[in-house]
Amino acid sequence: MTAPSAVGISRTTRPLAPPRRTRRGSRLRYTLTVLAFLLPSALPLLAFTIYPMIGAFWTSLHSWNLIGVMEWVGLENYTTLLTDDATRRVFANTLYYVVGYLPLVYIGGLALALALNSLIPARNLLRGIYFLPVVTSWIVVALVWRWLLNPSVGVVNAMLGGLGIDGPGWWTDPYWAMPSIILASAWKDLGFVMIILLAGLQAIPTDVQEAAMIDGAGRFRRLLNITLPLLSPSTFFVVVISLINGFQVFDQVYAMTGGGPAGSSTVVVQQIYDLTFRYSSAGEASALSWLLFLLVLAVTVIQLIGQRRWVTYA
Amino acid sequence: MTRTRWMAGAGIAAALGLTLTACVSGSTDDPATEPAGTTDDGPVTITYTNFISAGGNEENLDTIVDAFEAEHENITVEVTTLPYADYFTALQTDLAGGTVADVFDIEFANYASYQASGVLAPLADVDTSVYQTSLAEAYATDGTQYALPSSFSNVVLFYNKDLFDAAGLDYPTADWTWEDERAAAEALTDADAGVWGDYQPISYHEYYKAVAQAGGQFLNEDGTAVAFNSPEGIAAAEWLVNKSGTTMPTAEQGAGTPDFDSGLFAGGELAMWHTGIWMFGALAEADFAWDIAVEPGDAQQASALFSNAVGVSASSENQAAAAEFAQFLTSSPTTVDVRLESGWELPPIADQAQLDTYLQQENPANRQAVFDSLDQVALAPSIGDGQAEMQDIVTEELTEAAAGRTSVEEALASAEERVNALLG
Repeated sequence: MTAPSAVGISRTTRPLAPPRRTRRGSRLRYTLTVLAFLLPSALPLLAFTIYPMIGAFWTSLHSWNLIGVMEWVGLENYTTLLTDDATRRVFANTLYYVVGYLPLVYIGGLALALALNSLIPARNLLRGIYFLPVVTSWIVVALVWRWLLNPSVGVVNAMLGGLGIDGPGWWTDPYWAMPSIILASAWKDLGFVMIILLAGLQAIPTDVQEAAMIDGAGRFRRLLNITLPLLSPSTFFVVVISLINGFQVFDQVYAMTGGGPAGSSTVVVQQIYDLTFRYSSAGEASALSWLLFLLVLAVTVIQLIGQRRWVTYA
Repeated sequence: MTRTRWMAGAGIAAALGLTLTACVSGSTDDPATEPAGTTDDGPVTITYTNFISAGGNEENLDTIVDAFEAEHENITVEVTTLPYADYFTALQTDLAGGTVADVFDIEFANYASYQASGVLAPLADVDTSVYQTSLAEAYATDGTQYALPSSFSNVVLFYNKDLFDAAGLDYPTADWTWEDERAAAEALTDADAGVWGDYQPISYHEYYKAVAQAGGQFLNEDGTAVAFNSPEGIAAAEWLVNKSGTTMPTAEQGAGTPDFDSGLFAGGELAMWHTGIWMFGALAEADFAWDIAVEPGDAQQASALFSNAVGVSASSENQAAAAEFAQFLTSSPTTVDVRLESGWELPPIADQAQLDTYLQQENPANRQAVFDSLDQVALAPSIGDGQAEMQDIVTEELTEAAAGRTSVEEALASAEERVNALLG
């Protein structure tokens, strides 16, 4: 009898070996015990994730207006979507959002984490303040940003006006609608990135930093050659989560622009919502959900493979 | 090892990726047409979900429901009121999820789609002679009644008499044309005083009407393609679009955001306003004099007519009681009185004598314009499942033209191509 393989457990943790007995019954009991612990989380996962996924796939093979009878159309929804300009546009808009949002939120979060990891006064209070937007409802945040960025009475344009700059139309202008959303999103998520990176910074052993200092490494060199490489597991986590969230962006778009003006900020999930609840095309919406899922899956898999090249586990 | 982490990561990606995107699945059970319960076998509770009372008429609806319950001691009605903007999303979700109310509101634009989907119970025992014939017929399919009209309303030209007096201009009349309105609007607009001459939403609902006013057609005769990319259609689009930034605020100045126009008019900063008669109640307390006129036309007059209705759910277990309530809600004397007194939308009843009380009320004085507008109506195009998308496309293209990001000709050509694709 050999121990079961350590599926799903990383190399740094030794798997809990079952009691080394030869009787078959105790192994079975061990398996059942493990299953019993997994069940509470597995059941909701099956009911609210796996089952709806399968349901959405089934729906995607039909034409359905959400209230009438479903009609089988095979892969027609997928071929319609893949040849439709609107699909290209919503994926392009989503990509625009991700490309704008990710660097902004990462660099901003890193700067905050570095600042609040040093011995400055009231740093716990400041950490709390920067984390507040993360736990605030998106609807509230979006309404506040809509007001801040109001073209005629907003604070931002009033301040720009004070500097002699004629502020843009923000969410009323197709060229500025997406930057408006990116700005609000980065502001709201800074605190989340900050907390993760802060935890990562505090896990970096001080002796490594001290050794580098003794060797004459300056502040910038230590950041570049010690801090950032040792922070890479946290960075990796932040990038993976932010990308997944970024591709699924919806709340802020819905609340700030509704996808407008003229579809300039319509992202994939907004399109899924419109197709389902406004345009009576739940089948097409389900197909688009699956296309988005496959994209997110592909991006995440590429990152998981790519991480071997740049993530350092201390 | 790398492989296990890889798998775990892929699993997380899968789970997170679909928490949101998979939310669109739902049940597809055919709504069962079960035998209706009767009103005689003990107390029943029926549910009614509405948007018609949202935003100011909740108490009026309560009065009607109380009167119904007093007359029908064994029926209790539970009312849920949702704002119009969220109503149809909630209704579709409830229909798909099997949690729809026994009685629910619909509007004429989407009646055909709901009827075809089989969610409306046939209302065989209803006496439809109490309703205006055209309104009752609007909610019948193949000779069977599937919903009951609950109200009708239209859009007229509201104007601020004080601003007209101050400018020394004559009040709008039923003889006015677009040219008269344009001239007055330009004279009344006073940017320094923050006063605008005119406000008309740049949207699908205004556009199909304006096309009719210009003498054109929105769809071709058999409804297979659009017909608005014509000289009349272009004139209608220019009529709306050219107001923006000259006599009417632009989108950047706030146009198009909820309650912007009503705030402007109620604040005495707007001289003329194209809006529905459902605003009478809200403007009753205005501290300036105002009245209404039939909307000006160009080649001809053409007014928008809106009608709401209630249907009984095909899956309701209390269809008889639900139908009883639907009838009371739409045609009882209580309803007629409440609607006429409060200036809510008009009751859809056939008996014109009962409408006299409405005409005799003050503020606005020219209530006859509400009925005169019915003489020439621009019928709303109805294309079934593509309806909402068509409306969005037209509004979007016109908004782009109003913002100056595209020309009216380009906007209409693009709208023509996109709507024709919907019509297949």
